[in-house]
Amino acid sequence: MNAREITIVLFVVLVIVTLGITVWAGRQTKSAVDFYAGGRSFSGFQNGMAIGGDYMSAASFLGIAGIIALSGYDGFLYSIGFLVAWLVALLLIAELMRNSGKYTMADVLAFRMRQRPVRTAAAVSTITVSIFYLLAQMVGAGALVALLLGIKPGATFLGMDADTAKIATIILVGALMITYVTVGGMKGTTYVQIVKAVLLMSGAAVMTLLVLSAFKFNLSDLLGDAARQSGKGDAFLQPGLRYGVESSDAVKTFYSKMDLLSLGIALVLGTAGLPHILIRFYTVPNARAARKSVLWAIAIIGTFYLMTLALGFGAAALVGGKAITAQDKAGNIAAPLLAQNLGERYLGGETGGAVLLAVIAAVAFATILAVVAGLTLASSSSLAHDFYANVVKRGEASERQEVVVARVSAFGIGAVSIVLAIFAQSLNVAFLVALAFAVAASGNLPAILYSLFWKRFTTTGAVAAIYGGLVSAVVLVFFSPVVSGTPTAMFPNNDWHWFPLSNPGIISIPLGFLCGYIGTMLSRDPGAEEKYAELEVRSLTGAGAH
Amino acid sequence: MTIDTPETSGGPQVFSEARYAEVERSEEFGRLRKLLRGFVFPVTIAFFVWYALYVVLSAYARDFMGTKIVGNINVGLVFGLLQFVSTFLIAWWYARWASQKFDPLADELRHEMERPEVTP
Repeated sequence: MNAREITIVLFVVLVIVTLGITVWAGRQTKSAVDFYAGGRSFSGFQNGMAIGGDYMSAASFLGIAGIIALSGYDGFLYSIGFLVAWLVALLLIAELMRNSGKYTMADVLAFRMRQRPVRTAAAVSTITVSIFYLLAQMVGAGALVALLLGIKPGATFLGMDADTAKIATIILVGALMITYVTVGGMKGTTYVQIVKAVLLMSGAAVMTLLVLSAFKFNLSDLLGDAARQSGKGDAFLQPGLRYGVESSDAVKTFYSKMDLLSLGIALVLGTAGLPHILIRFYTVPNARAARKSVLWAIAIIGTFYLMTLALGFGAAALVGGKAITAQDKAGNIAAPLLAQNLGERYLGGETGGAVLLAVIAAVAFATILAVVAGLTLASSSSLAHDFYANVVKRGEASERQEVVVARVSAFGIGAVSIVLAIFAQSLNVAFLVALAFAVAASGNLPAILYSLFWKRFTTTGAVAAIYGGLVSAVVLVFFSPVVSGTPTAMFPNNDWHWFPLSNPGIISIPLGFLCGYIGTMLSRDPGAEEKYAELEVRSLTGAGAH
Repeated sequence: MTIDTPETSGGPQVFSEARYAEVERSEEFGRLRKLLRGFVFPVTIAFFVWYALYVVLSAYARDFMGTKIVGNINVGLVFGLLQFVSTFLIAWWYARWASQKFDPLADELRHEMERPEVTP
């Protein structure tokens, strides 16, 4: 068997196992709390693993390893931001959110506010963030699977050329995520994420050990070889090859550095505002278990990002930048190529290489599936619980109706994402993940923090924070160089950009906080102030929590 | 003498708005709030500044970050690894603080609220 055949066998096994889990979980999903929150029956450790599975996307596995392999040190900045962000969730959000909410992010935001405007805003923001993220993952999945199966332009596979194979992959990934969510609900999704976390951590650990042993566990030698092979010398081990690039143009240098700061802020503040992460806190029985989940998540995610460091520098040293960019300019293929290289080195020739490559390809596929399932669940929960049950039906919908609507929504959102991803597949949509983080940090995070900690906060303030942050982030990105005006933009042949930064965070995050503040100061909401007593006591003590 | 047993099956225990307001105004709850905010706010500011320092140095102090310490390991890399270490340490510190200081007080307040009211 060659690598492609082994990869396909592993893909099939993975699909069968995850579908089996989903059907099993579906049988135990009866009530709304089962569908939305997995019956709140998961332990802190299980949920910590699932959070890892939900969070560590293909963008962070293949993407960060790729950035490190091609740009060295700068990839490290990403992983640090993604990890430190968890302290915000741990210290300020996880436990309080678990105590005060029920199924969605909006449960906390609308707790003491007028339901309809706040739930509508939260649903709009949840669905926007999730769809952006989902699109990036699905388009990435299409390109990735074509790449992993080695379907080169011009060649065919099962009668499909590379473009058809990409579309087929997008449809397959979409169909699987719809099935996981509609059939398995939160329970099915959680188990898929746990399986993925185990696979990803094991795969990364094996590769890390092989890389380190190739350099006799001497980190300095690994870095030295990586720098030499990269052709960039010591600059490879220093900041500045990719972000905050210095050039002779002072204005350009200034913007480039601002962009780096902007990215750094969005990464660290975005995580705690991502709806698909926040709803994971509801799957455990109480606040203490939510705390344990985040502690485990920090341990797992931190270990993982340390390993990507070894993988990235290992790929640079052993595979080399030239061989990587020859197959994929973005560097996403770095980790799979490293797997092949290590397999050949340690598991015995070409077969060994093929086996390890296939395993890592399957791990990457599992990674994508778990993340898209989490995103689909978050957006359909919000559509059903926030928009349908509380805005359209004004809280009069029965649990049964809600779950039916949630399942239909998952199907609808999945179908829409498949269509959008197919249309977007030839466009460069990698920036959508950063945009999702920026929207989460600019709109959701201010609203959540004000809700939990500021008694005076009002309905107008909440709505202003969410829309203010959301709109400013989206508008700034629309007029930024990632959408138009540069060779790597989404529309490289047009130019309507006037905003100089790729990441809007440095403007839109303060703006979101400011909108929430001004909206509050210009309004009065005595009901919200009165009900803060209930929110505060409940969030801190857990008395009356669901 | 009858004892009102709180509703335990079929959802969370429900308290009146007046009960929450009463607890919120109590001295014990004031202590709990102060305890929580006194820990999480300063620690959040501290780790944010520490992280921001790392990002700013990566942007503006390239030579410093590129200074080699041992072999090919430079200041930037060590600084980055220290961000991992500080994150793990803060998480551990918070967990210890929460279980030793915060949880007992929060539990006490919750149990007091959940205790069935004794009516003559």
